[in-house]
Amino acid sequence: MTVTEQRPGGEVGRDRRRKEDARLITGRTAWTDNLSLPGMLHLAIVRSPMAHARITGIDVTAARGAPGVVDVFTGRDVADLQGSMPCVWPVTEDTVLPAYPPLALDEVRHAGEPVAVVAARDRASALDALELIEVDYEPLPVVLDMEEALADGAPLVHDAAGTNRCYTWILDSAQAGTGADVARMEAEAEVVVSRRFIQQRLVPAFMEPRSTVVDPTGDQITMWSSTQVPHILRVLLSLGTGVPEHKIRVIAPDVGGGFGGKLEVTPEEFIAFAAARRLNKPVKFTESRSEAMLSAHHGRDQIQDITVTARRDGTVTGMSARLLANMGAYLGIITPGIPILGAFMFGGIYKFPAYRFECTGVFTNTTKTDAYRGAGRPEATFALERIMDELAVELGLDPLELRRRNWIERDEFPFTTAAGLTYDSGDYAKATDRATELFGYDALRQEQAARRAAGDTVQLGIGVSTYTEMCGLAPSRVLGQLRYAAGGWESASVRMLPTGKVEVVTGTSPHGQGHETAWSQIVADQLGVAFEDVEVLHGDTRASHKGLDTYGSRSLAVGGIALVNACRRVVEKAMPVAAHLLEADPADLEFTDGAFRVKGAPGAATKTLADCAFAVFQSHDLPDGVESTLDADATYDPENFSYPHGTHLCAVEVDTETGMVKIRSYVAVDDVGRVINPLIVDGQVHGGVAQGIAQALFEEARYDEDGNLMTGTFVEYTIPSAADLPDLVTDRTETPAPGHPLGAKGVGEAGTIASTPAVVNAVVDALRPLGVADVRMPCTPERVWSTIQAARAANGGELR
Amino acid sequence: MIPAPFDYTRVATVEDAVAALAGAGEDGKVLAGGQSLLPMLRLRLAAPTMLVDLGGVAELRGVRDDGDALIIGAMTTHDEVVKHPLVREHAPLIAQAAETVGDRQIRHLGTFGGSLAHADPAGDLPGVALALDAVMSVAGPGGMRDVRASEFFVDYFTTALGPGDVLVSVRVPKLTGWTTHYEKFHQMAQSWSVVGVAAAVRRSNGSIAEARVALTNMGVTPVRAHGVEEALAGAPATADAVATAAARAADGASPLTDGVASAEYRTHLASVLTKRAVMAAGGL
Ligand SMILES: Cc1cc2nc3c(=O)[nH]c(=O)nc-3n(C[C@H](O)[C@H](O)[C@H](O)COP(=O)(O)OP(=O)(O)OC[C@H]3O[C@@H](n4cnc5c(N)ncnc54)[C@H](O)[C@@H]3O)c2cc1C
Repeated sequence: MTVTEQRPGGEVGRDRRRKEDARLITGRTAWTDNLSLPGMLHLAIVRSPMAHARITGIDVTAARGAPGVVDVFTGRDVADLQGSMPCVWPVTEDTVLPAYPPLALDEVRHAGEPVAVVAARDRASALDALELIEVDYEPLPVVLDMEEALADGAPLVHDAAGTNRCYTWILDSAQAGTGADVARMEAEAEVVVSRRFIQQRLVPAFMEPRSTVVDPTGDQITMWSSTQVPHILRVLLSLGTGVPEHKIRVIAPDVGGGFGGKLEVTPEEFIAFAAARRLNKPVKFTESRSEAMLSAHHGRDQIQDITVTARRDGTVTGMSARLLANMGAYLGIITPGIPILGAFMFGGIYKFPAYRFECTGVFTNTTKTDAYRGAGRPEATFALERIMDELAVELGLDPLELRRRNWIERDEFPFTTAAGLTYDSGDYAKATDRATELFGYDALRQEQAARRAAGDTVQLGIGVSTYTEMCGLAPSRVLGQLRYAAGGWESASVRMLPTGKVEVVTGTSPHGQGHETAWSQIVADQLGVAFEDVEVLHGDTRASHKGLDTYGSRSLAVGGIALVNACRRVVEKAMPVAAHLLEADPADLEFTDGAFRVKGAPGAATKTLADCAFAVFQSHDLPDGVESTLDADATYDPENFSYPHGTHLCAVEVDTETGMVKIRSYVAVDDVGRVINPLIVDGQVHGGVAQGIAQALFEEARYDEDGNLMTGTFVEYTIPSAADLPDLVTDRTETPAPGHPLGAKGVGEAGTIASTPAVVNAVVDALRPLGVADVRMPCTPERVWSTIQAARAANGGELR
Repeated sequence: MIPAPFDYTRVATVEDAVAALAGAGEDGKVLAGGQSLLPMLRLRLAAPTMLVDLGGVAELRGVRDDGDALIIGAMTTHDEVVKHPLVREHAPLIAQAAETVGDRQIRHLGTFGGSLAHADPAGDLPGVALALDAVMSVAGPGGMRDVRASEFFVDYFTTALGPGDVLVSVRVPKLTGWTTHYEKFHQMAQSWSVVGVAAAVRRSNGSIAEARVALTNMGVTPVRAHGVEEALAGAPATADAVATAAARAADGASPLTDGVASAEYRTHLASVLTKRAVMAAGGL
């Protein structure tokens, strides 16, 4: 169920079907792997079967002689050519930045690390030849557990670093001057609740495996890649390999999902780049699904020690979070920064005064971690919303009531939190009231009480999650303070074609979000042209050289402002032309309903932008000083983050005999500001919630004690399908973002951020009478069952 | 990934299939629906040099009435089995279990015989075949022979089929006067059984005259829960009696601990699911 509002006459606010979907759904499009260039060679990669080992020899002789094989090379063979993988977010001055060769040189540090490459005339020959390569490994001790990795005498992932500690990053509200002292709050508190939560490791599991084609034969070396970040990739390829930036062109054609998993610059891209230069021929590398599971970066993987302090009346006074964050064996482009993106969110929607956050990044012999939908914020929101429920139990309060007593009221915005963020807007009460109404909160609580009293084997649990998040990454100034190497602005260009059609170039890089549709709707309203008359170009550094791509729910929140500003400039540029055509004074004109007209003269002649565009194209008769173009660019750097919020409620039924959890109902009321396209927003919420539920109930990447990935296929790594998910009830409140000309906030990650704690809170709530105080994620049937067993054993336990 | 190179032949008769397999020796393999074999080839967990495709063998497909039994051709797809009126009438347990296999696409390609020949301990049809005392009809280099379900499933992914054998059909006795239920436990809608229970019950007056219970994934092969069957024979048709009998479900079974579940959890599930399966089968 959805509430849709359509503003009369406008495109913005309309449920537009997505322009791009026909080609995406049928696959009749330029996926990277569909590309075939004359003379193109196919690459296949030998990957380490060991989590930690010294390479003592590689024999490629047999593979070189195999049918169809053109070249075989190792890291040593391309040591000068391959460059080094960059990390652009050393979060502290002393962050350990280990060398990260795309192809291993002497040592491998996680299972799946690339060791040698075959280039062959076809893909099958390349894969067959892999089996002929003999690599000798001398096993080295493996460290997988973060606490073990930090202990004295632990095996080192990087000998040269002398430690497995990557960094320790601290935010203390007393020291930062943004709030009170947590230690004092703990000393004075009437109630203190501490918990350890585990954020399991997840696989982003994008639908399209990564693929890269490199053509070195033109003036520029062209790379097509299934990436979220073509612009960042171009800069980092240049910096990492020394090839001048203007000699590189990067194209992200249609990309089949990313979820942060393609917010990366990958060893495979560098390897393909090196191979193309070495062979001076086009090459393609497309990974298999198993390679994606093993080697594309993972997400989450934190140990969270959380303490919350409160008064007996339910007033929360402080919060402290100590994290260990698993980096894996190497640092991806923003690996260290992911938990730091969460550092500012442990306050959620609450106004407690004291806050301390400390995170230590830890190297282990596992696949590196990096961005995964929500990136740091789901982890923070989970810990916060879980411990709020624990505090509610401690205080004997309803979990919603505890939240009500602590949240920021509608009239308290802008509100500066103890973490130092200034929230621009929100109405938490309104979203929560709407959610409880749709959910039937009171009736469900009554049913729960009845089932508890009856000792039903199937218990009912109700989970609450109220959240806000910071997205719309990001104010460049803040990124600089956080030692991130790039800015957070975004750009847009609008080109008026002679026939009145419009080409829009965006620096964002959609990979399934529907930007072409949303951008067209915005432009249609801004310029008074038809939705169909707008073409949105993206993802090719030749068409759009300027941009910072798509992640962090930023494209509309930041790129949308650049787009509106560019449109406004087009209108400004057209004004004197229109005035000339109307034989009026520009000062007397206005641009309304898609046309220029003399103010206050209804029924008088009008000129459209198309009229102006054609006049400019002809340029036979332009006023003095008017350029022969209406095209305009804009770049926008946000002042602040975007703060969507909402309330998610989940009811689960837990079969206490088997441990099976079934979601009975799920309500999501989100406030993402003004909505450009409700259909797209619903899609984002649905997908986001699905991924959050997946973390709560289904997914976990697991290693065995030797560091082999145990969940290397979709048989073991169980992502839910539609059949595993409930019907979602979604609704919205609309609190427009004050700083945004469209009033829009980010929506891409909200569902993922909100949903995981709602589900786990519900599971724990169902089992509370059995003495259960936590269930580790994912709450699989066996884990739920063994948690119940343990609780029963501990308290001799019947129901209650 | 891409499978290692192999030769391929598509045959039209069982005779030709047996001949083709004989020519291929140890490294030949039958290809049925490919739903289990192809993933193994793609992950290069198996590398047969010759695939003998049974897709064109008409005589292997379909269900017929043979008096007191049904004969189900090995190449009958799960989907055909699920929808077949004879199966629904005389062996609804098979239809119910086959409907839980994977997803719709898999059921349209995967075959009844392939499931039995593959003998995945987590597969749903072997336990059902065992509960129903099915008999497999096998063509091999030495001619035709029959193998009872109780002797067909030998070990982990291993059956009484030799490398040159083709499973032709399965004879399933009609269970007249019985009612049945397949209770499958799995977290994800499209995944294999953690544990499954196939139950058939014959009631008379207020009691259970006879019951047959077979367990999926409680060991390297499907197993009959003889303890439960004994306890149910003649027991009153009550929830308490069923629960007491079901407590013996895992007696004699040796469930594995694997990436999906521990042996301890499986043992527990066997009792819970047996209780539910028998209750449902018996209409309790
Ligand atoms: C995603 C997924 C989910 C699945 N879920 C389930 C599930 O929940 N429950 C379940 O039971 N199964 C499940 N399956 C497996 C499915 O049932 C397969 O169809 C079945 O196991 C094999 O049948 P097939 O016809 O595809 O055989 P194939 O894959 O072609 O063959 C499997 C093996 O049997 C041999 N074989 C096949 N037919 C014969 C024959 N007539 N004579 C001799 N040997 C033969 C082959 O040589 C091969 O070794 C799933 C499969 C997939 C891919």
